[in-house]
Amino acid sequence: MGEHTVTSFDDDLNHIQQLIRDMSELAGSMVGAAIRALVTSDNALAQRVVSDDAIMDARQRELDDRSIALIAKRQPMAQDLRAVVGAIRMAGDLERIGDLAKNIAKRVSAVGHGVTPRNLSHGIEGMADLVLRQVQSVIELYVARDADGLRTLRTDDEKIDARYTAVFRELLTYMMEDPRNITACTHLLFCAKNLERIGDHVTNIAENAYYVVTGEQLPVSRPKLDETQLSVLAE
Amino acid sequence: MNMLTEAAIENRLSPMSNERAVKMQGRDVTVHYGEKQALFGISLDIPENQVTALIGPSGCGKSTFLRCLNRMNDTIDVARIGGKITLDGQDIYDKAIDVVELRARVGMVFQKPNPFPKSIYENVAYGPRIHGLTRNKTELDGIVEESLKKAALWNEVKDRLHESGTGLSGGQQQRLCIARTIAVSPEVILMDEPCSALDPIATAKVEELMDELKQNYTIVIVTHSMQQAARVSQRTAFFHLGVLVEEGPTDTIFTSPHDKRTQDYITGRFG
Repeated sequence: MGEHTVTSFDDDLNHIQQLIRDMSELAGSMVGAAIRALVTSDNALAQRVVSDDAIMDARQRELDDRSIALIAKRQPMAQDLRAVVGAIRMAGDLERIGDLAKNIAKRVSAVGHGVTPRNLSHGIEGMADLVLRQVQSVIELYVARDADGLRTLRTDDEKIDARYTAVFRELLTYMMEDPRNITACTHLLFCAKNLERIGDHVTNIAENAYYVVTGEQLPVSRPKLDETQLSVLAE
Repeated sequence: MNMLTEAAIENRLSPMSNERAVKMQGRDVTVHYGEKQALFGISLDIPENQVTALIGPSGCGKSTFLRCLNRMNDTIDVARIGGKITLDGQDIYDKAIDVVELRARVGMVFQKPNPFPKSIYENVAYGPRIHGLTRNKTELDGIVEESLKKAALWNEVKDRLHESGTGLSGGQQQRLCIARTIAVSPEVILMDEPCSALDPIATAKVEELMDELKQNYTIVIVTHSMQQAARVSQRTAFFHLGVLVEEGPTDTIFTSPHDKRTQDYITGRFG
């Protein structure tokens, strides 16, 4: 990409891009830490995730302020306009990912009480790995302007949905086996749902990033099947 | 989910068709000023009842192309024009064409407001009178009033129609020139940087006017302000070094242009 005649325009845009990268890194570390805290019942780590969320919020506010100031001052066009509007939207999704990681972290103390969560959270760990990889790679692909990669990543959300369905079934089985598991499993189910929502936000980011990079919108509908409902019906 | 639902959604989501009849059409238009070639094979459709913006850096040929549309280049001795330009399918460079009549059908508003050194009334009445568009004073009064109203100037000047047009403010003078253009009932209005000498408030009034005028007229505007082109036009054409680089819906040109030169120009990465 060539540089602007007005170099401070480039500086402003670069600053906004840097904030997106920072937020993405923070989101990745929050999701990773929240899951580690969950499976190891690490309350201190969970607390760190909760406090990280405040940093995430501050980053988003800074990005909003800078983006709005840039629009007011420079009236960006074409790829610049897409980059700024895209940044505002991606920041919104990253901030929500932080919130969901915080929600998981907040449940750590509740789940860990009186049970060995490790036995119950097998499936969640696998799902979390997948989600974490998605969170980490989406902004990397954006920075690399890899439109094909973003398109693939968007469809990969199906894998997360499939994992969620599997975890849902698994936890249901544990609850039926022993009603004493119900409290912990219900919390874990919420955690799994949060992970699934994180996947949805990654999908949004991929869609926005694709638009910023190419100037074209991905098709509205993505093949999707809500298997949770099917599995409930099948039970 | 059945297949029909998806098709139905796609159908509902698809943007409304924006096809318009072509009012003017340029095909392989070339212009030479003496030895120097200013335009290289421009082919562009001007859709009816829309605002078409011509943008590009200084010397790119956008004003030259605009001036071809009502044969203003005829007034320059060294100018040679090639290719074909039609108005409602009729070749405007055909020998049978009356240039004066053509310029009544394709009016022009210039960069600097240039009212005649006469009264406001006379500025507007002049055109209809020489073209013999009215039979009596009452009709002429009607045309003057209507034109000034269409140019959003009537309320400001109705009590001083016989004062000099040059005594008005810059923005009012420009709207007076628009009223003068409208008075001869043109079909197309060409505007060559009509707001570059105006303050933001006068500019806003002229832009608002363009929005209203496009209901009845086809407008082509040359502007250096990209924001103005984005605001007022439905289609935008980008010229560079005498070549038409890219043309399309304004929304596309300013959000996702296809050509790198267009991108560089509108994002401020040129030169």
